[in-house]
Amino acid sequence: MSKSLLNDATVLARRNLEHIRQVPEKLTNVTVQPLMFVLLFAYVFGGAIKVKGGGYAEYLLGGILIQTLAFAMMGPAQTVATDFQQGVIDRFRSLPTRRSAYLLGHYLAEMLGAILTIVILIGTGFLVGWRSHADVLHLTEGILLLLVFASGIMWMGLWLGVLVRSPDAVMGIGFIIVFPLTFVSNAFVPIDSMPTVLQWMATVNPVSVLIAAVRELFGNPITPVTKHVWPIDHPVAAAWLYSIALVALGWWLAQRRYRARTTD
Amino acid sequence: MHTTSAPPHADDAARSSVGGVTTTGLGKRFGELWALRDLNLAVPQGTVLGLLGHNGAGKTTAIRILTTLSQPTEGTGTVAGFDVVRDAAAVREHIGVASQQATVDGLMSAQLNLTTIGRLHGLSKSAATRRADDLLVQLDLTDFATALVRTYSGGMRRRLDLAASLMGTPEVLFLDEPTTGLDPLSRTHLWDMLSELVRGGTTVILTTQYLEEADRMADDIVVLDHGRTVAHGTPQDLKSRIGDDRLDVKVASADDVARAANVVAPFADRAPALDPERHVITVPIKPGVRVVQVVRALDDAGIDAIDVTRREVTLDDVFVTLTGAKPVDDADEAGRQGQERKS
Repeated sequence: MSKSLLNDATVLARRNLEHIRQVPEKLTNVTVQPLMFVLLFAYVFGGAIKVKGGGYAEYLLGGILIQTLAFAMMGPAQTVATDFQQGVIDRFRSLPTRRSAYLLGHYLAEMLGAILTIVILIGTGFLVGWRSHADVLHLTEGILLLLVFASGIMWMGLWLGVLVRSPDAVMGIGFIIVFPLTFVSNAFVPIDSMPTVLQWMATVNPVSVLIAAVRELFGNPITPVTKHVWPIDHPVAAAWLYSIALVALGWWLAQRRYRARTTD
Repeated sequence: MHTTSAPPHADDAARSSVGGVTTTGLGKRFGELWALRDLNLAVPQGTVLGLLGHNGAGKTTAIRILTTLSQPTEGTGTVAGFDVVRDAAAVREHIGVASQQATVDGLMSAQLNLTTIGRLHGLSKSAATRRADDLLVQLDLTDFATALVRTYSGGMRRRLDLAASLMGTPEVLFLDEPTTGLDPLSRTHLWDMLSELVRGGTTVILTTQYLEEADRMADDIVVLDHGRTVAHGTPQDLKSRIGDDRLDVKVASADDVARAANVVAPFADRAPALDPERHVITVPIKPGVRVVQVVRALDDAGIDAIDVTRREVTLDDVFVTLTGAKPVDDADEAGRQGQERKS
């Protein structure tokens, strides 16, 4: 086969971008929605929640970044589920394309969306008073960590998309998974303000670890840890491990399920 | 049509013979249910095979196996000389598929749909654009080339789907009920276009529920029923087995059905089919018989015929004649159900 996997994947990724050009409101969940979250949390909760070592805006950004990227799982899930429902998938499968090109194409397009989200969030954060107190090296590492985490999320989303029978199911399942994970964490309030049971849950929650890592790398305030376990005590190292594991797991699950679903 | 011939492939050595489609004992079973059973085909290059059958007969399953979308559980098949299982990738380089579900992308223009597919076939950007423009002209879609496909009518979508299947200049073209939902004019236009492709050497496998379509397009017809081949031959062969027009005689009471069948028997060239529940006798009438003769005979016998209608042979008649039983019209393709169960 003379043409490469990357050629097929970029042709397919362009298809997603074209969808966005035709229906720009598809982008609201990665643009307007996170922007709204920053403003709401910064101004509605900002006055009530006290964070030691800095303003609430500085505390908030790490939480909002991870939360928004986690919710971005529903984007690829919905597009893939829709492709399956409409039979578009059979068209691509009867073409001389590499089998893995289809998911890879979606992944590439979704990552562009994730980059846009990160830019918008950091920009909005800047407007409401977020500042970084880290050097360029750590700041860059923080952004790289966000991108690797986003990759893991996208592959999990692609897996969810191949898993569900209809695109309508994505919202429900996505919320059930992502909502508790992101809220029972240090995303919006310091863990030490929670009841003991929740403190434990929030401490072992990988989302808390990721958020703590982003805050550390961005030089933003980190609230005291009440329960000591290795990941939360070493957030940056643990966050890299979690993110890389998420990419590997999501990729493997998505490929496996895609293979199973397109074999009959 | 074959101006841009496919580039030479490294795996051409794996080809058994160039062009055409062959199958030997091809079958697919979902547990106890046979979606397709013992299909044997030898379709020479540049000819048209019609797969004729009701929903659930196995037509779509056959197409899905031959287009590498589905794996056979029994037998083997080759398309354009390549094995559909072992050389699936090579098969995909030589085929075009237009499925029952129009699988074009509603959120892209017709032009972009086609160039995307062309690019996935390995065409350069300019070659894909040229080919797309050619096909849009041929399928009379130039006026809507830049419109979003979701604004298209059903017939336009089907035409675009056909154009999509032709983007790779296929050696073998698979069309799953290509004219369902098309108006008569578009249907005739599509038939003309297909004839031209076939003259150019393209092999076409089409499925249809319309006898007229199979008769007009196909060099060879396979009639499928519940996955099995119930008849295989040229349209002339089948016609000679099925006969000419049908006469539906509806009588007032169930007691008259058998009697009326005896009265009309001399006008039939094969056994009439009785439907005691609806009080209808379907008579395959001999050529030259006039309706009035039958009505007069029934009247002379004192049978109260409510209605006597002459009509062309339908797919139902084919099954009644070939299998001796009225087929159960399954709600859906068995193959599709099997696939849904799995997913």
